[in-house]
Amino acid sequence: MVSRRPLTTVALAALPLAFIGLFFVWPVASILVRGLAPGGALDLSVPLQVLTRPETLEVAWFTFWQAVVSTLLTLALGLPGAYVLARFDFPGRRLLNAVALVPFVLPTVVVGAAFLALIGPKGALGVRLDHTIWAILAAHVFYNCAVVLRLVGGVWAQLDPRTEEAARVLGASRWRAFREVTWPLLRPAVLSAASIVFLFTFTSFGVILILGGYGYSTIELAVYRAAAVLLDLPAAATLALLQLAFLAVLLVVYARLQGNAAVGQRLTAARVTARRPRSRQEWTFVGATIALLALVLGLPLAALVERALAGANGYGLDNFSALFGESARGALFVPPIDAIRNSLAFAAAATAICLPLGLLAAAVIAYHRGRLATGFDALLMLPLGTSAVIVGFGFLVSLGQLPIDLRTSPLLIPIAHALVALPFVIRATVPLLRSIDHRLREAAAVLGASPARTWRMVDLPMVGRALLVGGSFAFAVSLGEFGATLFIVRPDAPTMPIAIYRLLSQPGALAFGQAMAMATVLMAVTAIAALAFDRLRTTSVGST
Amino acid sequence: MTPVNRPVLLTIAAVAVVVVIVVVALSGLFTTPNPDALGTPPPTPPPPTELTLLTHDSFAVTPEVLAVFESDHNAHVNVLRAGDAGAMVNQAILTKDNPLADALFGVDNTFLSRALNAGIFESYHATGVDSVPAALRLDARERVTPIDYGDVCINTDLSAYSAANPAPQTLEDLAKPAYKAQLVVEDPGTSSPGLAFMLATIAHFGESGTYTWLDYWRDLRANDVTIVSGWEEAYDSTFSGGSGGGDKPMVVSYATSPVAEVFYAPSPQPTESPTGVMTDGCFRQIEFAGVLAGAKQPDLAKALVDYMLTATFQADIPLNMFVFPAVPTATVPQVFSDFAVNVPAPLTMAPEQIGANRDRWINEWSAAAH
Repeated sequence: MVSRRPLTTVALAALPLAFIGLFFVWPVASILVRGLAPGGALDLSVPLQVLTRPETLEVAWFTFWQAVVSTLLTLALGLPGAYVLARFDFPGRRLLNAVALVPFVLPTVVVGAAFLALIGPKGALGVRLDHTIWAILAAHVFYNCAVVLRLVGGVWAQLDPRTEEAARVLGASRWRAFREVTWPLLRPAVLSAASIVFLFTFTSFGVILILGGYGYSTIELAVYRAAAVLLDLPAAATLALLQLAFLAVLLVVYARLQGNAAVGQRLTAARVTARRPRSRQEWTFVGATIALLALVLGLPLAALVERALAGANGYGLDNFSALFGESARGALFVPPIDAIRNSLAFAAAATAICLPLGLLAAAVIAYHRGRLATGFDALLMLPLGTSAVIVGFGFLVSLGQLPIDLRTSPLLIPIAHALVALPFVIRATVPLLRSIDHRLREAAAVLGASPARTWRMVDLPMVGRALLVGGSFAFAVSLGEFGATLFIVRPDAPTMPIAIYRLLSQPGALAFGQAMAMATVLMAVTAIAALAFDRLRTTSVGST
Repeated sequence: MTPVNRPVLLTIAAVAVVVVIVVVALSGLFTTPNPDALGTPPPTPPPPTELTLLTHDSFAVTPEVLAVFESDHNAHVNVLRAGDAGAMVNQAILTKDNPLADALFGVDNTFLSRALNAGIFESYHATGVDSVPAALRLDARERVTPIDYGDVCINTDLSAYSAANPAPQTLEDLAKPAYKAQLVVEDPGTSSPGLAFMLATIAHFGESGTYTWLDYWRDLRANDVTIVSGWEEAYDSTFSGGSGGGDKPMVVSYATSPVAEVFYAPSPQPTESPTGVMTDGCFRQIEFAGVLAGAKQPDLAKALVDYMLTATFQADIPLNMFVFPAVPTATVPQVFSDFAVNVPAPLTMAPEQIGANRDRWINEWSAAAH
């Protein structure tokens, strides 16, 4: 056994640090310096003026509270969902788990259209909620539920239910058994998921613009207006710093709460812990939770499919045959096969960049606790909470100085995706790495297993499982073309989300229908990828 | 503290190595294959020169049309997209000292003065520019060359109007009670047609006098105008003539939108567009191309700007970008000439005036319209 050796830490942390330094710290610092010290000397007149504007305070407050409420609502739906998916076996469970990841990849324009079909002027639900805070909150829950389901569910599925049962046998109430046995083991995962959801909704951009309408603004939007519309770099840099200040406070709180997380709990294979609901009470609970998930996640997805199937002559496959047909018109049109191939190639590249970095970083965080490891963890979280336009413009003013001009390289897109996906991979991996029980390995050795066999039977399954959980997120983040790439110069390799945007930017019923058909294809590709990741996970590591 | 497990570290290291190999392999996917490596027999022609074109997300050209330029000049055109026109100009300005590209297409008259003041272009008298009408040639120093133009106009859902209930004819009509809660416009701070429409109201009503453009916007607000962030939300989702189930029969769009309505209609092609265009209060947008200062391939960049004014490229513009070609003699496809609405007297404004006042106007608009 090696204990906390500085050299190991440095070796493990070197690659992730170099990555985050080159593709985040340097670009962001460059653009901030350019904004705040235009002539080489620090000029605080603009920052002071921006920060003392009453609307800045208003926007900051709104950004903060909508993120808090969105996070709480997401947890309120996600936690029961994670419990049901982790602990109960029911028909369609695997599919539900995969479909829950689909919202995560959908472009906001498409989600906006889906929500309008439900709660807009001619909405199927008959209530008008567009351009209200409710639409924003509902969309945030819709987008982020998968984060809670997967990060918390992943750990919950592998907590041994017998510990809690033992407590119950010893006379503890259901609530007490949960609070004293399960919760301490689950808390790190819940905090991880909550922090990611908070960061996502804190930097929300498209949802606020499209579903909130003209009346709502976040710091992210203010940065976008200042940088991308007005080219007012001093104001953009000031607002970005305000965003970073919020993040710093959040990450300190997070580190405090995370405190001494549970260590070395025994995890079991998911298959063992899930069982059929037994009593009527359990069936009701499982049924109600699934119904709620189906309502919040399923309705908007169903609305999209409905739009894709709706044609001039009633329902049918017209839009799909137009999309895949030979008669495709206009050069903006992207052959769907090309879009799928480009999306998959970028997603594979992003996953490939992200996984080794995430694994190395997770090893540092899992084995080397303390201030430095916490700081390292926080640093890797920052890209998720930093304005996409700041990162994108930062690339432009910094990366041109490298010997190879990465600014126009197609590799910059998967790199940006990896930057955003890294926190997911780390959060999915750390709890699993921490849980590897060295007694298991000792036991295997005592029982006569060769070191190679021990490695194969004990260590590989855990690392593999961590890789698959993290990988599915990295893949989905990249398929969905998150905000990070909005402000990166793109080569002409249109992905599925780009193809959808192009179709939506044309008038005409067929263009709109094809956009919805393409969105349905994106949904299907995502669900298939998620199913594949899940299947790999249960087959490769199902038997511990 | 958890003890570090050497086997775990080894596993991680092994996985890391494997994945790094995969990355290297994947990066091959993203590089253009070298034709020599594919076994082209000698003697090989000189490799094509790389020419980079920076443009916005709406740029579109038929691949075969671009291929003609490439084979004529033994070049490969690398098209880079940088968001909408405004974001693209800002990115070009940020990288002025070390440009991303050789040529730029898509800066319009509403962002022109910002680009010109930043000095990102080199002057060039393009072959063929003499046949472009003077009204489109806005830069006397020829740092940019006009390539196409279009008009931002109010579009109407024809099914919502009739002889008894006619569609609006003028900007003033939009503020009348008869058209209450019928109009959706885009935020000029985030949308290019939204900005153009705001400029149209400034050009028409003016900043001084008894009834200014801000008075007009206050009246529009009182008449329940809907404001959304972008064209897609306005046209696709809020306009009743769009496909997304909106309920507003008037929207700020383009004089050429009816062409796309017909072109992108399910077959058989309809003989009439379901939408109409109000020709009063339209604002003319002109798109320009230019050679970027500090380009690595300035001569080829100039050739590309020339090519954009040739008959081949000009005729390809209408059905790709739904705008009019700048050269009046260019052939226009039948569906385009049939359904595009010609605006006899569009409103215009000098780029310097727009550049000097745009940010202030957007702020004043926010206060009045919301």
